Amino acid sequence: MGAMTAVTLHINGERFSRELDNRTTLLDLLREHAHLSGAKKGCDHGQCGACTVLLDGRRVNACLLLAVSMDGTDVTTIEGLSDGNALHPLQQAFLDHDAFQCGFCTPGQICSAVAAIAEARAGWPSVVTAQDEPEGPVELTAPEVRERMSGNLCRCGAYVNIVSAVREVAR
Amino acid sequence: MKEFRYERPADADAAVALLTDAPGAAYLGGGTNLVDLMKLGVAAPDLLVDVSRLPFEEVTETDGGGLSIGAAVRNSTLASRGIVRERYPIVSEALLSGAPAQLRNAATVGGNLLQRTRCLYFQDVGKPCNKRQPGSGCPAREGVHRDLAILGASEHCVATNPSDLAVALAALDAMVHLVSAAGPRSLPLTELHRLPGDEPHRDTVLRHGELITAVELPPPVPDGRSAYRKARDRASFAFALASVAAVLQVRGGLVHHVRIAFGALAARPWRARVAEEALLGQPATEEAFGQAIDRELAAARPLRDNGYKVPLARRLAVSVLADLAAPEHGGPR
Repeated sequence: MGAMTAVTLHINGERFSRELDNRTTLLDLLREHAHLSGAKKGCDHGQCGACTVLLDGRRVNACLLLAVSMDGTDVTTIEGLSDGNALHPLQQAFLDHDAFQCGFCTPGQICSAVAAIAEARAGWPSVVTAQDEPEGPVELTAPEVRERMSGNLCRCGAYVNIVSAVREVAR
Repeated sequence: MKEFRYERPADADAAVALLTDAPGAAYLGGGTNLVDLMKLGVAAPDLLVDVSRLPFEEVTETDGGGLSIGAAVRNSTLASRGIVRERYPIVSEALLSGAPAQLRNAATVGGNLLQRTRCLYFQDVGKPCNKRQPGSGCPAREGVHRDLAILGASEHCVATNPSDLAVALAALDAMVHLVSAAGPRSLPLTELHRLPGDEPHRDTVLRHGELITAVELPPPVPDGRSAYRKARDRASFAFALASVAAVLQVRGGLVHHVRIAFGALAARPWRARVAEEALLGQPATEEAFGQAIDRELAAARPLRDNGYKVPLARRLAVSVLADLAAPEHGGPR
């Protein structure tokens, strides 16, 4: 075991406290220590987005964050989105639009989409948002969704249906 | 990943003291580049000093009408700020054209400026690389170098700086504020990054333990228009093959003020000072822009597979300047 540090954070509303090897990533904390296997380890280098979770409400790649630096944060994973058996609207939309095949990237896609919709509602621009667009909520057109979701790869190529699912919930 | 100790000091002085006393230590910002390099074995600090929560998280107007940007401000926060979008749109454009939202949410301004090259040889510990291991050689010159430098490279290294933000900041004459055990100092952004010469392992002029605390932008040029344009292999989430940031102010049809910076052509954002000087007082026409850019790019020394960058950079720069000179034609602000 290497150098250890005590970390306390909230995961899906529950307090989680553990002494961890400094080398542990947030993704490994979630999967190996908190036993939440929803967030996936795809590339483990911040290039695929399968590990996307919400950190204090903002989407991040859990594979590139060190758990020791997460002390005091609030993390939401795919497991924290539904209300019991009542699915989150994006989970339902992914089912309705057949927005996945193998499902490996889906938890990351859905967490990313939750934040993408929140960012657009908060008026955050993307690189395809017109520069002279007045401040205020940004309409999630198909090009906007494609740009804003570009950090989430889908090897099955379900992109067309992912875009429809995200747009339906954004409306 | 090699073992390391972790510290999260409460203030900059403590952070600087921790690093100054530890030659193998590194600062940790958002970690989006450093943690990846640690996984790859390219970086192996024995102590990480977490500076991501230091009180450098504000974006504030300066007394002189400029803007001070704290080094710990996240890239996405900076890109979405109203004052940035309104007064320095190229900062927002450059940030939003790089990485996906997940990385921009974590990456800090200071970390963005200090990210390492994405040269494949640098990131592969099984290969020689003078930047990673001085004296081991540079296979990129004869190998895979399509993405690499055409300006300011040396026989020892042809790496490029991957930052989009730095290119916009170079065109805006930004200053970088630093603190070290020797006290504070400030540098023009254009002097932060080094050309490789015979010391390619030194990306910047920073001393060990020196910490970026803020980036400061001077007041916007009155009636100046600006744009950032980036060419890449795919439409999103890719590093630039070439990019340009430009600020142009035209009076009576003549160039009154111009700043041009290229990205992805060199180990640092490349301020096109030759072209700027050539354009001052000249008619703001495509012909004049083309001639000035040609004079700048005469210094290019392409390798076997990256000669395409010369005409690409030329077309990017000329099209951006022409759009800026002709606002009525619907170009960018």
